[in-house]
Amino acid sequence: MIYQGKQKIWSDYQKEIPDDHWYYVRSCIRQNFFPASEKMFLEICRNVLGKDFHENEHHTTCGGIAYHCDTIPQETAMTIVARQFALMTEAGYENYVASCITSFGNYTEILETWHEFPELEAKIREMLWKSCRKEFNKPKYLAHSSDLIYKYRNEIAEKAKFHLINKETGEPLRVVEHIGCHYSKMFPSKGVGGAEYPYVLTGMVEAWGGNVIDYPERRHCCGYGFRQYHVKANRGYSLSNTHKKFESMAPYKPDMIITNCPGCPYFLDRWQYVIAEMEGKTYGENGCGIPVLTYEEVAGLVLGYDPWDLGLQLHQVAVEPLLDKIGIEYDLEDKYKGIDKKDLLKPELPTSIKCF
Amino acid sequence: MNGFGFRLSPSSAINLDKVDRSRFEELCSIEPDALRCMSCGSCSATCPAAQFSGMSIRKVLLNLQRGKEEEAFRLMSNCMLCGKCTMVCPRGINTRRIVLTISRIYEKEEKR
Repeated sequence: MIYQGKQKIWSDYQKEIPDDHWYYVRSCIRQNFFPASEKMFLEICRNVLGKDFHENEHHTTCGGIAYHCDTIPQETAMTIVARQFALMTEAGYENYVASCITSFGNYTEILETWHEFPELEAKIREMLWKSCRKEFNKPKYLAHSSDLIYKYRNEIAEKAKFHLINKETGEPLRVVEHIGCHYSKMFPSKGVGGAEYPYVLTGMVEAWGGNVIDYPERRHCCGYGFRQYHVKANRGYSLSNTHKKFESMAPYKPDMIITNCPGCPYFLDRWQYVIAEMEGKTYGENGCGIPVLTYEEVAGLVLGYDPWDLGLQLHQVAVEPLLDKIGIEYDLEDKYKGIDKKDLLKPELPTSIKCF
Repeated sequence: MNGFGFRLSPSSAINLDKVDRSRFEELCSIEPDALRCMSCGSCSATCPAAQFSGMSIRKVLLNLQRGKEEEAFRLMSNCMLCGKCTMVCPRGINTRRIVLTISRIYEKEEKR
């Protein structure tokens, strides 16, 4: 078979992903924005698929945000990362999986730098020993957690209770996939499918019944960009980036957006409210926005977990229209109730964008 | 409401599917050399009006091609028809004549 176009790119950019025994590290910010995503990843890997995933409470930030905001030099980030690798080595693991795209990019960049400049690696080993009395082995395999869900996508599809199909029309849902910039734009060979057309989320969506839509600004940044958002004077630039993406995807009428980065779902979700306030424009149907989900949340929905246990009530854009399309049952009364029906209090709902 | 402390900037993207290029095509049919410009900037570098007005025949052609006619006219209103750009053009394009043709086409359009 002769591979052409995207198929050729996808066949060129495949990476080896071991099946089991991973050392898992969480993101700094994901648990605040999408609190059930990482829990759901471990739930799916450990309990649904029966894999061995280990995590350590002594793990810290990778230093990626500070590094990309230019507040710490790379050597500092390298020493932090060396400590994470030391924790992995102590736990007896060789495969390292990061939940955060920026961490993944940071780890990849550091490993590549050490490969090119071994003297720098020696210096970092010395600095780690002086600061923590720790030694480390470099991971044999490095992956992002979406690589793992991509690898397990067919097993998840076999156990699926729902598919990404509109139950009224029987048509596949139109899905926008958005990949974090640090996943493969820096090192295309380290991501599934390369940088131009990453396959990691497309593979999941296709395996679970959806249809990925291609639109002009598909590979455009979500707008987070660290310095664009963290410096308030630049924040309009961040918003304008997101606005550009939505204007580009709107004609294709997407039913949902799936992302694999901590920042992207947050900005694509929250900026929809800000755009609605500023411009009075919403991009979904009937005054709603386009629901933005992480790949773990989508995997959880497909496997039949309760939407409110997946933390979908913490999204700015209402997810109910999407749940209705897929045919997932939910109780609006329980939306703002926690464990044991504890009342979490209902937030004030905006008027510019329809929420429930 | 905009109490956010920052603003949304409109996108600078140009959707060529939505641009009316009929007048630019008319220009190209009369002056095929308009398509031979490679945007080297020799004309801008030598233009005596460029220093104080930003006039550039290169930019005028690009703006017309992209449907940004108002911006093109604003630049072109500074042209003194001195012909220096014609002398330096490495492709030998008669830029002075192109300026006159543009004026004729768009003047005709306004009269309609």
